[in-house]
Amino acid sequence: MKLTCLSKGDGFQYPPCHILNLCGFRILIDCPLDLLAITIFSPVPCDVEASEYSSLDAQNPVQKKQKLEREMTPADLVCAEPWYKTVKALHLWEVSLIDVVLISNPMGVLGLPFLTQNPGFCAKIYMTEATAKIGQLMMEDLVSMHMEFRGFYGPEDSSFPGWMKNLDREEVPALLKKVVFGESGDDLGSWMRLYSLDDIKSCMKKVQAVNYAEEVCYNGTLVMKALSSGLDIGACNWLINGPHGSLSYVSDSIFVSHHAKSFDFHGLKGNDVMIYSDFSCLQSTELTENGCNSPDTATNSSEKKDENLAASLLDTEESLEELEKLAFVCSCAAESADAGGSTLITITQIGIVLQLLELMSNSLESSSLKVPIFVISSVAEELLAYTNTIPEWLCKQRQEKLISGEPSFGHLKFIKDKKIHLFPAIHSPNLITSWQEPCIVFAPHSSLRLGPSVQLLQRWRGDPKSLLVLEDGLSSGLGLLPFRPIAMKILQCSFLSGIRLQKLPTLLSVLQPKRVLVPDVVNQRINLTEIKTNSILKYSENKTLRVPRITANPDVEIMAELASKLSWRKLRQRENFGIARLKGELLMKDGKYRLVSGLEQEESSGKARPLRHWGSVAPETLVDALLKMGITGSVEHSTGEDGSEDNRIIHVTNPSSGLIETSEMGTTIITDDENIASQIFQAIDGILDGI
Amino acid sequence: MAIDCLILGAGQEIDFSLLSKTGDFDKELSCIIITHFHMDHVGALPYFTEVCGYNGPIYMSYPTKALSPLMLEDYRRVMVDRRGEEELFTTTHIANCMKKVIALDLKQTIQVDQDLQIRGYYAGHVIGAVMVYAKVGDAAIVYTGDYNMTTDRHLGAAKIERLQLDLLISESTYATTIRGSKYPREREFLQAVHKCVAGGGKALIPSFALGRAQELCMLLDDYWERMNIKVPIYFSSGLTIQANMYYKMLISWTSQNVKEKHATHNPFDFKNVKDFDRSLIHAPGPCVLFATPGMLCAGFSLEVFKHWAPSPLNLVALPGYSVAGTVGHKLMSGKPTTVDLYNGTKVDVRCKIHQVAFSPHTDAKGIMDLTKFLSPKNVVLVHGEKPSMMSLKDKITSELNIPCFVPANGETVSFTSTTFIKATASDTFLKSCSSPNFKFSNSTQLHVTDQRTADGVLVVEKNKKSKIVHQDEVSEVLNEKNHEVSLAYCCPVKGKGESEDVDLIKELSEKITETVSGTQIHESGNCLQVGSFKGTLCLKDKCVHRSEISSSEGVFLCCNWSVADLELGWKIINVIKQNL
Repeated sequence: MKLTCLSKGDGFQYPPCHILNLCGFRILIDCPLDLLAITIFSPVPCDVEASEYSSLDAQNPVQKKQKLEREMTPADLVCAEPWYKTVKALHLWEVSLIDVVLISNPMGVLGLPFLTQNPGFCAKIYMTEATAKIGQLMMEDLVSMHMEFRGFYGPEDSSFPGWMKNLDREEVPALLKKVVFGESGDDLGSWMRLYSLDDIKSCMKKVQAVNYAEEVCYNGTLVMKALSSGLDIGACNWLINGPHGSLSYVSDSIFVSHHAKSFDFHGLKGNDVMIYSDFSCLQSTELTENGCNSPDTATNSSEKKDENLAASLLDTEESLEELEKLAFVCSCAAESADAGGSTLITITQIGIVLQLLELMSNSLESSSLKVPIFVISSVAEELLAYTNTIPEWLCKQRQEKLISGEPSFGHLKFIKDKKIHLFPAIHSPNLITSWQEPCIVFAPHSSLRLGPSVQLLQRWRGDPKSLLVLEDGLSSGLGLLPFRPIAMKILQCSFLSGIRLQKLPTLLSVLQPKRVLVPDVVNQRINLTEIKTNSILKYSENKTLRVPRITANPDVEIMAELASKLSWRKLRQRENFGIARLKGELLMKDGKYRLVSGLEQEESSGKARPLRHWGSVAPETLVDALLKMGITGSVEHSTGEDGSEDNRIIHVTNPSSGLIETSEMGTTIITDDENIASQIFQAIDGILDGI
Repeated sequence: MAIDCLILGAGQEIDFSLLSKTGDFDKELSCIIITHFHMDHVGALPYFTEVCGYNGPIYMSYPTKALSPLMLEDYRRVMVDRRGEEELFTTTHIANCMKKVIALDLKQTIQVDQDLQIRGYYAGHVIGAVMVYAKVGDAAIVYTGDYNMTTDRHLGAAKIERLQLDLLISESTYATTIRGSKYPREREFLQAVHKCVAGGGKALIPSFALGRAQELCMLLDDYWERMNIKVPIYFSSGLTIQANMYYKMLISWTSQNVKEKHATHNPFDFKNVKDFDRSLIHAPGPCVLFATPGMLCAGFSLEVFKHWAPSPLNLVALPGYSVAGTVGHKLMSGKPTTVDLYNGTKVDVRCKIHQVAFSPHTDAKGIMDLTKFLSPKNVVLVHGEKPSMMSLKDKITSELNIPCFVPANGETVSFTSTTFIKATASDTFLKSCSSPNFKFSNSTQLHVTDQRTADGVLVVEKNKKSKIVHQDEVSEVLNEKNHEVSLAYCCPVKGKGESEDVDLIKELSEKITETVSGTQIHESGNCLQVGSFKGTLCLKDKCVHRSEISSSEGVFLCCNWSVADLELGWKIINVIKQNL
C-alpha cells in the first residue's frame, strides 16, 4: 500500500486530496477546488463609477507602476474572467491510470468535472447519494454565478489566459503572486477555466451514488463502505476491505453534530490501517502539549474501559459550544436589525446555514422584530427541499422529527408563512416587490467574488449598522480588499470542522487500528509516542509513503464441493499432516479469494501421479520393491570420481535392461523401455513421499 | 442460525411460545426485522416487545419506522373502540416499542452480531417495504416480504442485485395470477369514476390510508388536471392527510418518476384533494371520496357506504383484495341487492360496483422472474392460498429446476447451506494463479485461450490453519528436501549424411512438431527443449544413459525429462526412434 498526499487542503472549503495505491489499484480521494484563490480576481463592478475606474486602470498600466511598495488597492486585483485553482499535484498523475475516485464530502466534488472532462478518464467514482446531490447543486450554483463574469467580460477566445500575462511583473504585489504562482512558483498549471453545465452533467453520470453504509465492490477486490463523518450532510469516512486487510480513511469528522449524522466511529474499529486525514486542527491555533494523557491507565475491565472512552469522545461540550456560536450569530443579526441594519451571511457549510435559518426564524418569531429573511441562490429551493428528504444523513434528533411527522429542518414552515423568501438570483422579478430593509440575507459565495453577496456587500459596506457574517480566514487575505473602506460590522465565525486534536489519542485507543498514518504537520502538534498499541507512520504533502503489508497471507475460501473431491495423501513420517493437490479456478469476489471447481474439470486428481517428491531412496529397498513387481536388479556402489558424491546405481537386467541412478538430490531412471520405466517409477513413488 | 422474525398475523393468532419455551426471547432471536408497516407484518410487535418482554434489536426502514406507529395506533383504536375487543397493547406500548427500533437505509449493511449480517433491498410493495438479505457465515438467504415487480405511479419496482443464495423465501399471494398491462385497468377505473361524477353521482373508494390511496389519488389528480374536472376529491381521515405529508418527506423511497419531478413540484401535493367533513356525506352534487378503512370492514368507509349505496347514481370502487366476510368481499363476489352490515342492518345496494385490480403484490410472472434472477439453491413459498402455491411450486421445480417447498404453519424445513473451507494462501501460489496460461490452437483461424487454473497443494496440519502453497513450496513447508525423479535415455539419431549439428536439431524439431501437437520447441545450438524434456547431442563415446545393446557408433541425442512430462518424453523418443 502506498499513500501520496497531494494536498493538505485548507479548511472546510478545500478538503485534503490523496492518492492511495491499494491492491494494485489507484484510488483518488477527493477532488476539491481552492476557492479562496479566486479572491485574486476583482468582482464584477456593480456601478458605473467602479467599472470606469477599473477600465481606466487597465488602459493605463503606467499608473500602476507608480504604486510600488505600498498597500494593495482594489486596482491590484486581476480584472478578468476568473480561473479556478485545482490541486496542483493532481495534474502530475496520468488521469487514465486512476481506477477509483472516492469523494468524502460535497466540497470534494467541486473539482471533479476537470478530471472527468479528460478523455482518458475511466475511473469509477463513488460518493454518497447526499454528497452527489449537494455537490451537483453546488457546482451548478458555481457555474451560474460565474455566468455573470462571462457576461461582463465577454467570451474569451484563446485558450491562453490573458490575465496571467502581466502577473510576473515586479510591481505586482507579493501576496497576489503567492496565490497565483504558489510558494514554490510552479502553481500556474493548476489554474483552470471553469467547467460548463454540460461538463457537470457528464461528470455526474459517471458517479455511482451509494446509500448509507452500503457495501460496494470494485472489481471484485475492494469492498468500500461510506460511514458518516458528521462534518456535513452526506459527508463520510470510507472503509475499504480488500484481500490484504482493511483500511479506514478518516476525514474531518465531528463527534456530535446538530445537523448531520454524527461521526460513526464504531464502524471503523479494529482496522489494519487507518489514514487520519483530519487537518482541521491546523486551522485553529490551539496547541496540545499534554495531549497524550495516556488513557489506558484505567483499571476497569477492557470492555467497560472502551465504553468509557467512547463516551468521553461524545461529550457534549464542543457541540454546545457550536450551538452557542450559532446563537451568537443570531443575536448579532437581531441586534443590527434592531438598529435598522441588514445582515449578510455568506457561509458555505449547508448544515450551518440550515441551523442558522432555523434559529433565526425562531428567534425572530419570538421577538417583535419584523425582519424578512432572504435566501438568494440559484439552487436554494432545491437544496432546502432536498435536505428534508434524507433522514439517513441527519442527526438523531432530526431523524426523530421526521419520524414523528415533522420536517427535519424548520425552514419549510417559515417558507410557507412567507417569513423566509427564496430567490434564485438578485435580479429575480419578485425580489424587488418583497424586498424590504433591514433584512437578513443568506447569499453565496463565501469568497465574496461571486454571486449575490458581491452586490449586497457593495450596497451595505458603507452602512455601520449593517453586519457581514464571514467564514474565518477570508478577511486576512484579499477577501475584503475590493470593498474597502468598510463601515459595516464584520463577524468572522469559525465553526468546528473536524476532530479536536486532544481527542485523537482517545479515538485511536477506541478504534485500535494496527497502523495509523498521521500527517506530519499534525504529528508536530501532538505527542503520540505514548500510544503503544499502534504503530504510527507520518506522511507529508507530495511525498509517497509506503506502508508494508500487515496480514501475512490472504485467506482463500475453498468451495466445499471442491474440497470434498480432494484426494488426501498421508505422509509417512508425519501423522499430523495431510496434503492434497488442489485444482480449480481462483476467483476474486467481494474482496475475498475463492477457489471453485474449474471449467475444465481435471480427471479425478487422485489418479494423477505425484509430481513432486521428497525423502531419499535406499537402493536396497528399491531392489526389493522391484523384485515384488517381477523386475530384477542389482546394486552397484560407485563412489564418484572425487569420492564425495554418493551416487548409487542399480542395474536392471530383467525383463529388459535399464539403469537407476540415485542420490540425495534425485533419482534418474535410464531405459528405453516405456513399461519398465513406468514400473520403476511406481516403485520409487512407493518409497518416497510425494504429491 | 439466527431467526429473522417477521411478525406475521395479528397478535392473537401467534403463539410466541413456539419461539421459546422459557420465554427468553432475547436468547432465541438475534434480531427482529420488519419488512413493511402492514398490520400482518408489524401488528404484534408492541405486544412482543412490551408484553412478552423481547429486548433485542429491531430493524426497519425509515418509512416503516415513521409510519408503523400510525398504523398500529389506528389498528388499536379499531380493535378497542369500534369492535370492543380487549386491547393487546396500549398507546404507550407503541411509543416505547418504536423507541427501540433501529432505522435502516436501503442496502445499508448491518452486522447484527458476530455472525449475522443483514441488508434491505427495495421491495416496492408499499413505501418503505424491503426485502431482507441475511447472511450467517457462508449461508445466505433472502426473505422477500411482500413485493411488487412492476413500477407503480408512486413506487418503484422491487430491486435487488444478483446474490449467491442458499434460500429464497418468497411471498406468493398471487401465485397463479398473471396480470397484463395496468394501463387498460387504469383507464377503466378512471372512466368509471368519471362517468359517475359526470352523472352527478358520488364515488366512494374505500381504501387503507397508505399505499393504494396515494396511487389512485395520484392517478385521479392527474386525470382531473388533464380533463379539467372541477369535482372535488376528498380524503376522509386525517390519517391519509398526515400520510401524504410523510410521503412528501420520504420522497427518496418513491418511484424514479416522482423523485425527478419532486424538485419542481411534489407529486404528493395533490392539487384537487380536500379534507372531508362528516357533514358533506349528504351534501348535494358529485364528489369522489377516499375513505378508510379498505374492504368496507368497519368504520367511516362503511358508514358512508350505508348512505350512498342505495342511489343508482353512485359508485363504489374497490381497490385490491378483500378478505372473506367483509362487505367488500360480498360486493365483489356477486351482484347483491342487499347487504347485511355487521350489526344486523340491511342496506339496499343500487349503486354501481367497480373492482379495481390494483394490487401492490407481484404476480406469478414476477415471482418466477425474481426466482430466475436470483437463482437460489432452494425456494420456499409463503403467504398465499395452498392450491395456487402448489401449482407455482411445480412450475418453479420444473421450469427453473430449483427445489421448492411450501411448508405449512408450524412446519420446519431444513436445507444444507453453502460452506467454504478457509485456508491461507502463499504468495507464490497466488502469483502462479494469475500468470496467464495461453493456449494457441490453429485450425482455420488462430484461437487464443487463456484458461488459468489454480494449481496448488493444500497442506493441513492438526490444530493449525490450513495452507495453500505452490507445489514448489511443499517440501519447504514440510521441512524436507526435494527429491527429483527423472528419466533419461541417450537415444540414437541417424541424420541424413554428414549434416551439421544445428541442421540435425532442426530436422528433429520439425519431426516432433509434426507428430506431437500443441508443443513449443526451443532450439539452441545442439540442444532442443520441450517442456522439461531436454535433448542434447551426446559427444561422449560411452554414455551411461545409453542402452547397452545399441552400438556406440553414430550420433546420439542424450535425453532427460522429469516425471511431469512422462508421456511427452516417450512420445518424443518414439518420434526419434521412428526416424532411425
